[in-house]
Amino acid sequence: MNPAYSVVFFTVCCGLAQGLFLAIFAVDMLTRLSFIEMQSPQFFVWGHSITLIFLAVGLLSSFLHLGHPERAWRAVMMWKTSWLSREVIVLPLFMLIVFAYGCSYWLGSTLSLWLGVLGLFLCLALFVCTAMIYMCLKFLQEWATTLTLINFVVLGCASGLGWAATLATAEDLTIATPLILWAMICTVLGLLVRVIMLLRNAQLKPRSSLQTAIGIKHPHIVQKAQGFMGGSFNTREFFHGRSLQTLLRIKWFFLFLTFILPVMFMVIAFCNSHATVTMLLACALQFIGLIAERWYFFAQANHPQNLYYSSIS
Amino acid sequence: MTQLALVIDLNVCVGCHACVTSCKQWNTSGESGYLSDDRPYDKDPTGVFFNRVQTFEVGSFPQTETVHFPKSCLHCEDPPCVPVCPTGASYKRPQDGIVLVDYDKCIGCKYCAWACPYGAREIDEHQQVMKKCTLCVDRIDDPCLPEAERQPACVMACPTNARLFGDIHDSESVVSKAIRESAGYTLMPEWGTQPANHYLPRNKTELRLRHDELERADNPLKVDGQQPKPLTEDSSLGDVTSW
Repeated sequence: MNPAYSVVFFTVCCGLAQGLFLAIFAVDMLTRLSFIEMQSPQFFVWGHSITLIFLAVGLLSSFLHLGHPERAWRAVMMWKTSWLSREVIVLPLFMLIVFAYGCSYWLGSTLSLWLGVLGLFLCLALFVCTAMIYMCLKFLQEWATTLTLINFVVLGCASGLGWAATLATAEDLTIATPLILWAMICTVLGLLVRVIMLLRNAQLKPRSSLQTAIGIKHPHIVQKAQGFMGGSFNTREFFHGRSLQTLLRIKWFFLFLTFILPVMFMVIAFCNSHATVTMLLACALQFIGLIAERWYFFAQANHPQNLYYSSIS
Repeated sequence: MTQLALVIDLNVCVGCHACVTSCKQWNTSGESGYLSDDRPYDKDPTGVFFNRVQTFEVGSFPQTETVHFPKSCLHCEDPPCVPVCPTGASYKRPQDGIVLVDYDKCIGCKYCAWACPYGAREIDEHQQVMKKCTLCVDRIDDPCLPEAERQPACVMACPTNARLFGDIHDSESVVSKAIRESAGYTLMPEWGTQPANHYLPRNKTELRLRHDELERADNPLKVDGQQPKPLTEDSSLGDVTSW
């Protein structure tokens, strides 16, 4: 596929926001259950605000993918069959609940616990919806695996926990160190999942071939003409147009920036007490890495329609 | 239930692109128009088409043959592009099984194009809505047209009658018979989309003769290699000969 930057940005921002929400909710729960001491309210206010900002940026970015953004409201209609439609419903609901949860926490309302629990369900539902959009396309074999969902969840949690840890270090909270540790664990877990995914995709055998695409059984079939001499939507939308070498470079780029460098910075931050800048750097690097990671996720998907356009892929 | 479809006979398609141009002509000026073009006479032309004819070479030289392969929406019986549409703009008409896009509802998210393994959908970059073959619904439903013309423009245009149109659920229709009798097949059956459009394979007319049909195995000349006696040049008793 040819990665659409709007969708790449959307999935990274929303994943991050969901991870951050989960981190804040977990801290809130642990405080309520008296496992940890009361944290400063600024941590929650900032956390909720950043979550909402990332969700809003993601939502805005997703609008850029649409040909007719003014009709976007129509996308709630087919929730019975379409995961995209379900996502369109769950995302604004989640934003609303995050906002309400933040407000109720700020106002000290007893409702905040229930809003948090509702937010947790919506957050998980959003992960499922986002991943299912890609997983349900069974002929995109690189996407049609549970690993897609696991990858989205783990990377969302890793980046979100990173931001939560950064906030905690900035506020000089006692939970900063455990949050850094969890961000590190999630990042390493993310690396593991992503490497498994890369290995799986490298071994995939495409079920469709030129033979099944045109229905002629012969080992040697070559396309001589694709029906037109210029380009078309089919030649632009479904292939990234980069060389194998570029793809390889991007793979190593995202592996370093999403996982290896952030973990190194997190280790440094873990060993120092005032490590806001180090954590911020880790988060920023990871964000760039995640953009590359998601770009690669899209680019690696090999659409069977490309069989009809052998000249481009 | 009716399922309208095209059956394309690869045996007689000559790759003339008449179906492509007639499709473009009708649909750019019909109800689904226009189909935008960019730089049609310039460098890097591009545009929206519902139907394309591609050409493949099968085999290695010198044993090669050229296959012209017309390709448009297959109007799948289980279309993967329809359930993924978030707005319901993409739908399958219950009365005749044609897969259509409601341009007024389409938000241009391109998800349906991702969900079509055949690449049958193209976005109109000017109108920003998804477009695809309609099987010329504005022809086949038009009571003002003579009955014989109520079929897709591509079918009307094909000079070799390589495109057949009809209801594949009606066992006596011309398309059903063609599929049944000429081994019609579907594309990428591995994804279970059950395309309504079928293709008829190329078949070669071959004379199937065995060697013994050309030369008698029990020819007495072959048995012992001896000529019949008496020989033709030998003298004989008038009209009495052995053969």
